[in-house]
Formats: sequence, structure tokens, C-alpha cells
Amino acid sequence: MDIIEAKNIDFYYSDFHALKNVSLGIAKNSVTAFIGPSGCGKSTFLRLLNRMNDLIPDTKLAGKCLVNGEDIYAKGVDVDTLRKKIGMVFQKPNPFPKTIFENIAYGLRVNRMGNKEFIRNRVEESLKAAALWDEVKDKMNRSAYDLSGGQQQRLCIARALAVKPDILLMDEPASALDPISTAKIEDLIFDLKTQYTIVIVTHNMQQAARVSDSTGFFMLGELIEFSDTKKMFLNPAKEQTQNYITGRFG
Amino acid sequence: MKKIIEKAIEKIFAFSGMVTTVTILLIIAFLFKEGAGLFNSPVVEKGYVLCVNANNPVEHISSADIKKIFNSVIEDWSEVTSGFDEKIELFYDEKILNNYGKDEWRAKIGEKIASTPGIIALVHDYEKSLPKNFEGVKILEENTILPKDFFLGFEWLPTSKPAPQFGVMPLILGTLLVSFVAILLATPLGIGVAIYLSELAQSRVRDILKPTIELLAGIPSVVYGFFGLVVLVPIIQKTFNLNVGETALTGSIILAIMALPTIITVAEDAMRSTPRAMREASLALGATHWQTIYKVVIPYAASGISAAVVLGIGRAIGETMVALMVTGNAARLPKLFEPVRTIPATIAAELGEAPGGGVHYQALFVLGCALFLITMAISITAELISKRQHNKGL
Ligand SMILES: Nc1ncnc2c1ncn2[C@@H]1O[C@H](COP(=O)(O)OP(=O)(O)O)[C@@H](O)[C@H]1O
Ligand SMILES: [Mg+2]
Repeated sequence: MDIIEAKNIDFYYSDFHALKNVSLGIAKNSVTAFIGPSGCGKSTFLRLLNRMNDLIPDTKLAGKCLVNGEDIYAKGVDVDTLRKKIGMVFQKPNPFPKTIFENIAYGLRVNRMGNKEFIRNRVEESLKAAALWDEVKDKMNRSAYDLSGGQQQRLCIARALAVKPDILLMDEPASALDPISTAKIEDLIFDLKTQYTIVIVTHNMQQAARVSDSTGFFMLGELIEFSDTKKMFLNPAKEQTQNYITGRFG
Repeated sequence: MKKIIEKAIEKIFAFSGMVTTVTILLIIAFLFKEGAGLFNSPVVEKGYVLCVNANNPVEHISSADIKKIFNSVIEDWSEVTSGFDEKIELFYDEKILNNYGKDEWRAKIGEKIASTPGIIALVHDYEKSLPKNFEGVKILEENTILPKDFFLGFEWLPTSKPAPQFGVMPLILGTLLVSFVAILLATPLGIGVAIYLSELAQSRVRDILKPTIELLAGIPSVVYGFFGLVVLVPIIQKTFNLNVGETALTGSIILAIMALPTIITVAEDAMRSTPRAMREASLALGATHWQTIYKVVIPYAASGISAAVVLGIGRAIGETMVALMVTGNAARLPKLFEPVRTIPATIAAELGEAPGGGVHYQALFVLGCALFLITMAISITAELISKRQHNKGL
């Protein structure tokens, strides 16, 4: 069974029809990439999966969205618990104005997970998983803002990992970073795949080709094509996909 | 051409900035200059000296004792100076001045003092009239007003004769009490409303509430004072079963109401400036709305919130009109349910009647300086606290 199942999703920002009849399924412990020209609804779809769009007033959703077989928009769903299970990394690194340690510990504290000892171990474990431990282990009490952009983004990944989510959503996590930092993040995604289901939005097709197992191509709010990444890039089924991949627009 | 205009505008801005700074410094300098003479002024009313019988061992009498003597609270010299048991006899030279011509005056005063062992005489300080070098007369040395008596004194009777009392303690304490309670009331309420407006209210509600609250900040203080006098004073009087409703608490409540719009708007702006990315980061980790508010939004806005409180305190401490109208203006040790008097109210009420350049006038200016120092100390403290908190947050 797919860990994420979207069924006939329509989404509106007041009158604007941002997602049109989107259906797809995402397998557990896979990396799924969404590509498409900017403004096509990639972020909107991603943010539906952890109900981040709830924060935006005057939006409307139709269709069903299941995670682990449960409708996350059903009545009585605890959104906070849901978000704890579905981590998110944003386009721009957004560490809190706190120390490196407190940034990672934040999710554990708000979810009342474990004692001091547990938190310290989990912080270390998460930083190691995000390949940042060696760089920051001596400055855990320094401000997170003292880190470089690439380090901050890995810090945000570690912060998301600390609460042990099932799914990790990443919205163009490398778009604000230099090539070296980008490469580090891509390596990281590769490593994390064994334990997490990763959904990543990117406008960089090479990146999608490099890191993902399946790829979805959005255009103007529609999911044009969704298939195995290799197939998508070598032999796309739709002409629009072909055009986009070969760079005829976008 | 464009360059020249830009240069000119730059110069104008720089100039106006300088003028403003200099003006403010001049005002402060003026304040201190006008008050400066106070501690060189004699404790006895200007133009008079005190004389006693030459056998009286007393050398100095403090201003407080002079007042007690002339109010007949102290009736025997033994209470002022040791080893001189004599009943005090008060004497004013006006009595003689009325009955005798100027020539006889000096001699008469001298005789009177020399012949009365327990006398204390308040004599006009004219070169001709003063019984100087008169056998049996001792002119008491002039004490000047001591900073200690001024700042630690508990009696504010600026028109008391012959020795006005300038103890500002009750005024300082009154100001602090009224402001402190006002801030105690206004801060939690203001921050609460700010949180509601910034985090909880629907945008429709906020769009109505925010401008309304901003409007309240513009209401003249005399209107608040009027409201306090007519509405709040009777309520306080009835609720707490008091003789008078004009109390420190009444002042605090009105000042809190006045400080609220400032605190709310400034704090709300600070909270709203928390980047959406911060809130989303918190929520995405499974934090609840409330956890996000107090763990992310409030720390992020901490310096703005403390600025809001400082502005609120500033308004409360410096406010004259309200204090004048609803606190009852009793210059005595402040209690919450009794009339008090604040520094600004005192200055406003008395400066008009104090003769320019006189001791009373100078005392009011020193009071102004004290007020200035208090507000400055408070803003510096708040600044330090918010800096420390900010550093801790980082
Ligand atoms: N908060 C919002 N309010 C209104 N319209 C929005 C909002 N967020 C996104 N949109 C619109 O929805 C469309 C899809 O946006 P988004 O999902 O961010 O695109 P992408 O991530 O693919 O670049 C865009 O046309 C965008 O203008
Ligand atoms: Mg996007």
C-alpha cells in the first residue's frame, strides 16, 4: 500500500484554481520528485500533505488525501500530531533565532519527547544523520545564524529528523544554496531514503533525475505525468513533459 | 543637477538631525541650570535671617526643626540643642516695624532679643535693620538646603513659612507607585490583547479593532482624566468603601488605560513582524498554535514588546493631567487606596505660583530633573533586559 495517496484533489486559493484533479500514490521509503515551471502548484501540493495550507485563509480543498491509509483532512484529525509525523524542510533555510542545540531540540520539547539525556542523544543522532555533526559539535551553544546557508539548511533537515517523522517533505531545499552545499544535500537525501519517505519539490531537473525514484510533472495546476524517474526522463509519455524536459519552456 | 539636489537634501536632513539633538540637549541643560541654585539656597525664606539670644548655645537649626518651632510643635530649646532649658518664644520683626520708624527699628529688635533668653526672631535681612554686632544677639549661621533633606525628606511644604520644606520622597514614591501599578495592570493586558490581535483574531475582527485602538492613543489625556474623575472615582470610592475615590489606584487604572493603546499597537506590530517562515517551521515540527506563540513569536518579538512596555511606562510616568485630576494630590507617603501626588502633577500645579528664580521654582526644576532621571533609568533597564533576553534567545 502506498504511504501517501492523493485522490482527485482540487485546491483553490479563493477563486484561483491552483490544483486540478490531482491523483497519485507514493511508495514507502522512496524518493519522489515534483518538477514543473514555477507557479504550477508543486508547493501547494506538497503543503497539502502536512496541512500547512490550513494557515492560509480562504482556501478550499476537494478530493481525498490519505497518509498511511487515513484521511488527513477527516474530522477529528489532530493536525499537530500529523505534522509531527510529516516533517518539512523549506525553500529558504529557516532556523529559529536560538542556539544550534535548541533548534534541534525544539521539536522534541514541544512534543514532550524524552528527558534531558534523551534529547541530547537525539540531537547528536539527528545532526549526524544530517551530516552536520562534525561541523557543529564544538559550537552547539552558538546561534544557528552563525552557520552558512548550506549548514543552516542541513540544520533544518536535522531539526525535522529529530522528531522521527515517517515522511520528509522538502520544498526546493537546495534552491538557495551553492553547488557544493547542493551536492551535500543531494547525498543526504540518498542516505535518508532508507529510513524515510521523501517528497521533494525541485525546479532543477538534473536534481530530480539524480535523487528520485519517481517523478511527477506539474503544469498549470495539473499533474501531467507521474511515473518512474528513469522512464520519465528517457521516455516520457506526454509531449508536454518531453518539451519541458528538453527545455522548450519553463 | 540631480547630484546637487541630493546633496542638498542630505545636508538638510543632517542639519535637522543635528538641530534636534542640540535642542534636546539644551532643554536638558536648561532643566539642570534652572534647578542648580537650589542647594546653595538658605533654608530660611529669602530676605530673612534667624536671630537668637547670645546665651543660646544653638548654632544651626535644621529646616525641619525651624518649621516645627514656628508651628509650635517644638516648644522648648532642649529639644533642639542640649543644655539649654528655656521655653521658646517666637518673634517676628514685622511687629516692631509697624510700631516704630526705621531708625529705632534696629535698636528695638536688638534690645528685644538681648533681653529675652528663649527668643527666636525672624528678622528682615537688611543691612540697616539687622542687629549686627549688637550685644546679646546671635545671628544664626545660614544653612543651605541639603541634597539629603531634599531627596530623602518626607515633607513637601514649599510655601511653609519661614522655612519651606522640600522633601521630595513622597512625590517620587507617589510617582513610582502610581506608574508601577499602572504598568502592572497594563502590561499583561496589553500583551494579551496584542497576542489576540496578532495571532488569534480573524482578519475581519483585527481590521476593525486595530484602528480603533490606535485611535484611542490619540485621545487627549484631559479627556481620560475627565472620564476618571466622573466615572472611575465614584466606582473606586464605593467598591472599596473609601472616604475619597481619588487614590493612587484610580490614577494607576486610568494611566493603564492610557498606556494600553501604545503597548498593544507596538507589541502587536512586533509580533506580526515575526516571519511566516518561523511560524511555519514551528508548526511543521508538530508544535501547537500556542506553543508557537510563546516559544517562537514572543521571543522573536521580545525587543519590540519591551519597547512597547517602555513607551507605556514613559507615558504613565510623565503624565500630568490624569495624575492631577484623579489622584487627589496629597503629598504624603503613598498608599494604594489613599490620595497621592506625583512629580509631574506637582510641577504642573505649582510652577505657575512659584516666583521665578526662587527656591520653590528651583526645587520644581530639580524635581523635573529627578523625573527625567527616573524615566531614563527605566528605559535603560528595559533596554538591558531586552538585550539580555535577545541574547539568550539566540
Ligand atoms: N497564499 C496564496 N494565495 C494565493 N495564491 C497563491 C498562494 N500561494 C500560491 N498561490 C498561487 O498558486 C499557484 C501555485 O503556487 P505554488 O504551489 O507556490 O507554485 P510552485 O511551488 O509550483 O512554484 C501560483 O499561481 C501562485 O500564485
Ligand atoms: Mg514553490
